[in-house]
Amino acid sequence: MKVLVAVKRVVDYNVKVRVKADNSGVDLANVKMSMNPFCEIAVEEAVRLKEKGVASEIVVVSIGPATAQEQLRTALALGADRAILVESNDELNSLAVAKLLKAVVDKEQPQLVIMGKQAIDSDNNQTGQMLGALTGFGQGTFASKVEVSGDKVNVTREIDGGLQTVALNLPAIVTTDLRLNEPRYASLPNIMKAKKKPLETVTPDALGVSTASTVKTLKVEAPAARSAGIKVKSVAELVEKLKNEAKVI
Amino acid sequence: MTILVIAEHTNAALAAATLNTVAAAQKIGGDIHVLVAGANAGAAAEAAAKIAGVAKVLVADNAAYANQLPENVAPLVAELGKSYSHILAAATSNGKNILPRVAAALDVDQISEIIAVESADTFKRPIYAGNAIATVQSSAAIKVITVRSTGFDAAAAEGGSAAVEAVSGPADAGKSAFVGEELAKSDRPELTAAKIVVSGGRGMGNGDNFKHLYALADKLGAAVGASRAAVDAGFVPNDMQVGQTGKIVAPQLYIAVGISGAIQHLAGMKDSKVIVAINKDEEAPIFQVADYGLVADLFEAVPELEKSV
Repeated sequence: MKVLVAVKRVVDYNVKVRVKADNSGVDLANVKMSMNPFCEIAVEEAVRLKEKGVASEIVVVSIGPATAQEQLRTALALGADRAILVESNDELNSLAVAKLLKAVVDKEQPQLVIMGKQAIDSDNNQTGQMLGALTGFGQGTFASKVEVSGDKVNVTREIDGGLQTVALNLPAIVTTDLRLNEPRYASLPNIMKAKKKPLETVTPDALGVSTASTVKTLKVEAPAARSAGIKVKSVAELVEKLKNEAKVI
Repeated sequence: MTILVIAEHTNAALAAATLNTVAAAQKIGGDIHVLVAGANAGAAAEAAAKIAGVAKVLVADNAAYANQLPENVAPLVAELGKSYSHILAAATSNGKNILPRVAAALDVDQISEIIAVESADTFKRPIYAGNAIATVQSSAAIKVITVRSTGFDAAAAEGGSAAVEAVSGPADAGKSAFVGEELAKSDRPELTAAKIVVSGGRGMGNGDNFKHLYALADKLGAAVGASRAAVDAGFVPNDMQVGQTGKIVAPQLYIAVGISGAIQHLAGMKDSKVIVAINKDEEAPIFQVADYGLVADLFEAVPELEKSV
């Protein structure tokens, strides 16, 4: 079974981003970039499926600038077999990304597509579901457990009140939640080997996909700051403040 | 301009988040219709018809919609949604699951988790874990939007008398099946709707120690949450997670216990009215957002707090 994994290059999750003075966006100059944490979980899940003998080939795809090759090489070092970069310097919306992924799915014909549930930059949580609509595949979003058996995949999903399990016909799309697995680190020999694995670059034009957007960002501002309050010395003082000052208990 | 609000419900009852979504629709302006897609969802539809400001309730009753499988519900919403200017759903796990599939089926972009309505086509939404707020404008023919409940005060649950109309939609797409669910059973209020939330972090040490928080929560009538660190460490299940990738809460009182205050956690609770932090590390970043900070050993402070409220 062929597995397609989509990964995104985003600002590292430890970086506290700052809004640009002209309110045009956030300042990403000289900021550490990494693979989106949920995408790392997606790569790990694919590698585990391959280790179990369920997956035969793992193709990893990223849509972004040329520098996203770094994240693709990381995925190759973790165990993906080959990589595809759909190179675009535009800031693409989820629908455009889903359309590009649909074109890659059409070409690669994977049985399972695994991707992160959301990217920690745009916080959209849309692309997997949109790809589901465009391909007509079933979707198992926010997955905490994935079990492939025959022509179906059972996905246990993190939902508001607990867990839900659905059975999807293959091909299907899975988006990862944080408890699905704990991603491994790439070993040095695997990092070296990954440099020799194939990495193909294509453009949105070559895939015949228009990436036009109907959403325009007018401005980006820092959130209203919350100022630190006071330190209380004892539980008794805390209770007194909550009762008489804040009046919340 | 007519707005379609997708009801969040359990068939038997309407979820509170629907009221916040209707409130966002009221800010946009125009007639508001509510779609209740489910099976034997008459009770949820009746409740939707009573919401103040709702003009019409559409009920799509079909076994295929019973468990909100997106492969079945999204085509229904996309078909009905074609005649609306806006389609809104709560940014719950269910709304997030279904609505992007609707947007792509309609070939329009989606705007996720709005926290404010500037005008009928312009909205504010948090990005980068709430470290920035983007104002975005949509030129899409149909604006497909998920609504963060904490951004909008709930519409009145009573006072309306909307007409209820049955609608039909596509049958089971045959791509997916509901296998089962394990829902956390709790007598405590739901995390996102609670007036008081008590949350624990890595400092709790283990899952068993959460009993101190449960005892305090029961005294206060509070819900219990957790940081991602506590979930990652396996102390508590993920449905208790408050933060960027968990639940977003904005209660009257948020008590953070043994939580350092990573930006990802702050993203989920910093709009709370009053924040209390209890942590033995006085340098913990949580104190920078807390109205009342108590530097103390939580295993002494929490039981004492429980006894004195």
